[in-house]
Amino acid sequence: MFAPLSQNARVNQPDLSILIIDDNRIRASIIEEGLREAGYNRVAVVVDIDAVARVVEQVAPDVVMIDLENPNRDRLEHFFSLSRALERPIAMFVDRSDTSSIEAAVAAGVSAYIVDGLRKERVKPILDMAISRFNAFSALKRELQQARSELEDRKVIEQAKGILMRSRNISEAEAHALLRKTAMNQNKRMADIAQSLITAAGLLEP
Amino acid sequence: MSQTIIAAGFMPLTDSMLLVVAEQQGFAAAEGLSLRLVRETSWANIRDRVGVGHFDVAHMLAPMPIAANLGLSPLPVPFIAAMALGHGGNAVTVSLDLWAQMIAHGATDDLDPATTGLALAAAVHASPRRLRFGVVHQDSSHNHELRYWLAASGVVPDRDVEIVVLPPPLLPDALASGAIDGYCVGEPWGGVAVRAGHGRIVTTKSRIWRSSPDKVLGMRAAWADANPDTLAALIRALHNAALWCSAPANLPEAARIMAQPQFLDQPADLVGGALTGHLAIGAGATRQVERFYVPYAGAANFPWKSHAVWFYAQMVRWGQVQASPQNLALAAASFRPDLYRAALAPLGVPMPPDDYKIDGLITKPLELATPAGPLLQFPDGFFDGTRFDWSAPL
Repeated sequence: MFAPLSQNARVNQPDLSILIIDDNRIRASIIEEGLREAGYNRVAVVVDIDAVARVVEQVAPDVVMIDLENPNRDRLEHFFSLSRALERPIAMFVDRSDTSSIEAAVAAGVSAYIVDGLRKERVKPILDMAISRFNAFSALKRELQQARSELEDRKVIEQAKGILMRSRNISEAEAHALLRKTAMNQNKRMADIAQSLITAAGLLEP
Repeated sequence: MSQTIIAAGFMPLTDSMLLVVAEQQGFAAAEGLSLRLVRETSWANIRDRVGVGHFDVAHMLAPMPIAANLGLSPLPVPFIAAMALGHGGNAVTVSLDLWAQMIAHGATDDLDPATTGLALAAAVHASPRRLRFGVVHQDSSHNHELRYWLAASGVVPDRDVEIVVLPPPLLPDALASGAIDGYCVGEPWGGVAVRAGHGRIVTTKSRIWRSSPDKVLGMRAAWADANPDTLAALIRALHNAALWCSAPANLPEAARIMAQPQFLDQPADLVGGALTGHLAIGAGATRQVERFYVPYAGAANFPWKSHAVWFYAQMVRWGQVQASPQNLALAAASFRPDLYRAALAPLGVPMPPDDYKIDGLITKPLELATPAGPLLQFPDGFFDGTRFDWSAPL
């Protein structure tokens, strides 16, 4: 009898040890979760940069992933180049010739370091996973920022309407229409017009 | 007229000034360029983002294009340096504890690398533990100059002291917390530790290796090949920015620009001191350091091939790369004075007659006659009196 393919694959692929270095705990756990779901069980996360040396000794990673915003990247790169824990010199990214992977990783904001000699096809899915999770996290952050700025806009517009209603003695609907018309005429956002109005009103106050 | 947009990465250091000033004072616009300046958090990001094309050019460590071409970088992409972004600009700062030990071993506060180096060596050898020094990247002039100074003073790097890498803005905190005992970095990051009361400046790059480059305008060789006119325009814009920065009357405005949050995010007087060479070195003492940072004069933008060879020789010395005629040729080819000369030819700028020079021959400022007029040259070479002859680099 033949063993199922997946089991075969598992026999041929002993679990890789993966280290994630990210001072953003949420993003780190999103990536960790993704890797575990994909069947990688030896995943370690380091948030505190000063603990990296000890963790590298302990987990002897085959793959190390670092976010590009991390100002300690230069330090880690130098540390890896000296570290005996990684045994062999390490190369960055999947393969020096695989420029599209490198571009995708840099664009997503992640860099990966691998033990030299590790086969490309074994690391590629890990990097792809990290890239997609990094991108998902960025999208999430963007949405959050957008929601936050929409809320801010609404507050500013409400405040500007209040000023107009008081100074011109008009209704809320009229104040709203006036702001909208001015914004359209000047080809600007309503929130920007509202902000200028608030600033101007502040200057004119006795 | 539509403007060509150039994406340029930089690290928050005073010598990113030429790029910043070129954009802010209109020198880029005058050449039909618009610089999109992006502040980065690590030199590795600068290198990788130039490598994959996020940045067209960058404020780059001088040895970085050489290291990339010698295969020491992760990306298999040829890099070049088209000009140097000035001479000098960095200093060696030590903790107050180490300074106290250095004084006990005869250190003086004149920033002389010969005497402070000997005092440091004595302190290193008397220390019960191995001292640790920070530099900003393995492939940085800081690393190579610190090692040169230590070795010439009787300290064997990696054996007697440990050298670690930290990004510039994190070095003052690392010194304050005792994680490192000293560091070599571009300003304002030595001054930041002095001002916070944690550090003492003991010597400067301008005295360890006189008239030497620290950062270059780095880019992919392929980008330079594909955009010759844009590159020439950029070199002219940076040349005019360097001239503007050379006028003492403009330095207060330059300091104000660089101090802003999107650039250095540090007090303008601290930045101004780094630009004029008026350095607070610790305990209330200040020193006027001659030619601490030189944006233009003395051919400070000329990318000497002999300087590229010096960096290569240091990489060989510290075991980063094998010595070979091929590697020597790759290193020399990383610096491109031909591009710099060609871009500035229409402006009639005095140029050195050769792309190579022996460092250490010039002992006092002199004017060299060139077809385009006199070219000022400042003393060069090393504090220990050694000459560097590029034709016999090892």
